[in-house]
Amino acid sequence: MTVLEQPGDWRPAPPPSWRPRTDATPLLPDEEPYRLLGTGAQLDPELLRELYAQLIRGRRYNQQATALTKQGRLAVYPSSVGQEACQVAAALALADRDWLFPSYRDTFAAVARGVDSVQALSLLRGDWHSGYDPHQHRVAPLCTPLATQLPHAVGLAHAARLAGDDVVALALVGDGGTSEGDFHEALNFAAVWQAPVVFLVQNNGFAISVPLAKQTAAPSLAHKAVGYGMPGRLVDGNDAAAVHEVLTGAIDRARRGGGPTLVEAVTYRIEAHTNADDATRYRADAEVAAWREHDPITLLERELTSRELLDDDVIRTARDAAERLAADLRDRMNENPELDPMSLFDHVYAQQTSQLREQAAQLQAELDAEGAEGEER
Amino acid sequence: MSTAAVDTGTGTGAARKPATMAQALTRAMRDAMAEDGRVHVLGEDVGTLGGVFRVTDGLAKEFGDDRCTDTPLAEAGILGAAVGMAMYGLRPVVEMQFDAFAYPAFEQLISHVSRMRNRTRGALPLPITIRVPYGGGIGGVEHHSDSSEAYYMATPGLHVVAPATVADAYGLLRAAIASDDPVIFLEPKRLYWSKADWSAQAPEPVAPIGRAAVRRTGTSATLVTYGPSVPVCLETAEAGRSEGWDLEVVDLRSLVPFDDETVCASVRRTGRAVVVHESGGFGGPGGEIAARISERCFHYLEAPVLRVAGFDIPYPPPMLERHHLPGVDRVLDAVGRLQWESQWTEGGGR
Ligand SMILES: Cc1ncc(C[n+]2csc(CCOP(=O)(O)OP(=O)(O)O)c2C)c(N)n1
Repeated sequence: MTVLEQPGDWRPAPPPSWRPRTDATPLLPDEEPYRLLGTGAQLDPELLRELYAQLIRGRRYNQQATALTKQGRLAVYPSSVGQEACQVAAALALADRDWLFPSYRDTFAAVARGVDSVQALSLLRGDWHSGYDPHQHRVAPLCTPLATQLPHAVGLAHAARLAGDDVVALALVGDGGTSEGDFHEALNFAAVWQAPVVFLVQNNGFAISVPLAKQTAAPSLAHKAVGYGMPGRLVDGNDAAAVHEVLTGAIDRARRGGGPTLVEAVTYRIEAHTNADDATRYRADAEVAAWREHDPITLLERELTSRELLDDDVIRTARDAAERLAADLRDRMNENPELDPMSLFDHVYAQQTSQLREQAAQLQAELDAEGAEGEER
Repeated sequence: MSTAAVDTGTGTGAARKPATMAQALTRAMRDAMAEDGRVHVLGEDVGTLGGVFRVTDGLAKEFGDDRCTDTPLAEAGILGAAVGMAMYGLRPVVEMQFDAFAYPAFEQLISHVSRMRNRTRGALPLPITIRVPYGGGIGGVEHHSDSSEAYYMATPGLHVVAPATVADAYGLLRAAIASDDPVIFLEPKRLYWSKADWSAQAPEPVAPIGRAAVRRTGTSATLVTYGPSVPVCLETAEAGRSEGWDLEVVDLRSLVPFDDETVCASVRRTGRAVVVHESGGFGGPGGEIAARISERCFHYLEAPVLRVAGFDIPYPPPMLERHHLPGVDRVLDAVGRLQWESQWTEGGGR
């Protein structure tokens, strides 16, 4: 007899009561991206000046790196022009002991955190996959496969918490990256483990050519947080002060044991995805022009001016520092890197296998023969 | 067998009692965790339940949830989190519940785990052990019997090992956990409950990764094998005696790094070789092994190197798996085809 055939006025027993664990409302993001610049809010003048100096450096770095692609010195450069506020705020909000997990677009975040400007470009120059020692500045290698750095950040933060260290991990990801499975798995792990990790989505409008509307139907990317049981914060990604404050708050919260936060910074990728991309095929010049008006440097300059914090001295100091960075980058990138072919066999394993030793011997013999031929000529 | 051989942990006397491979694996993790606080176990159901095969049984109880952690159900998340944990100095031991459920983690495995040391020029070694219950013969439904070693072998930066004995299960897992490189640790499911006299008090010395073991010496031909096919080959060697064959059995134990030395020394002695494994032959481990033997032992070979492998099909349903898995008869048949009278040269065949 099936349930439908039950005689009489049979009623199902009430199911065991289960209620949502918490009220979701406090986890929901604001309707408007959070802003500080131009609102008259109390702000630390020293911080504003530091952000300014770093934004100027970041812009100059982006320009120099892009120029280097045109000279063939860099294989590719995903520019963060327009997104410098996120890059800089991410680097400045972290304490020295914290970790940054960048994606391929976040070279300047790494540089702002202290990574050598040339070493930060190794991946994109093509002389090695990662040019720096991640432990030195606590910056993970720039990560090319989308969103795969997010679970790493969670694992590291989790391990740090287990060790009793008050270390926080900040992971950067693009809007397109939020569609990847690793994004989901990382956020879920982080929330379940209450790992001290902060996720910063730089929503720059496009994943290569695909606009956000084709990437997700969520009300905002910050809204995704509620499903994992963590707060979502929406912030104007071109407002360096606002991004800095929101990240600092989220990092503090994580450090105090409050668990992870998802931050969506609304920004725009002013330049093409990379030099290999033609952005005019998928977006209108008017849109780019509108965002140029909302440039992170312009916003901060206006704020500094209105507070009378921007005199010629401040501007000159910032620009000089940026020029020095660019000149140093240009000079060192114009040197041809010396690469030892035999290093191909280094660091594949802690101890080289006999197979690799044989292959190394083969290459060495080829190189010797080449050398001998060169001498004969 | 001594019935008084209780696990007193005194380390003396080396009293031996039958232990299963599963127990030896548990013991290996337990000892590693007790010796080194950096060793953490994580995966699906590894905590309270002790794993679906009970291989992590008791670890959460003894070491706490933080050292033996039930994770959300997400293989990429598990392995990705292990990467971060290793970056912070831990030595994660990850359990993938079944061979085919490790595939969602391949992205992490291939894009990061295998190459992090290389990418960072040695700055970020990842001492992660990835335990994969693998292979068939247990009547599992689809996705519970894959032999995935060829995928792992084809990825530089990973070690790939597969124990076939209870003692090796302990020794190799200790070695894997101690390794500063990521190790794919393939656990032949159908040998989990195989027993041997094995002393938990005084375990055999840790087997170095990369060394094969000659399980049986012989003169007629070498059977090169590993994991679940080792007992099959030993049985074949016994059965071959009635044919007048004296077969040598080499248990590779480690597929990467590969022990050319032991394999080639054996084949040079016997002049004939059959490679035996469960996974498909096309593009499978046997092709690589046969090629290595041919390259190094050509002048010693009396016959081509033959392979006895699973068919090149998706792993079949349980009711058909006995037809798929290489068994004693198929190996015997291959040995027969090794042509003891060097008939390959007849009729200008060469
Ligand atoms: C797993 C994976 N799939 C595809 C790509 C190729 N790819 C590189 S960047 C990119 C778009 C990413 O967009 P988004 O996450 O929004 O970051 P953005 O480039 O805008 O900073 C794609 C598809 C990749 N790097 N990784």
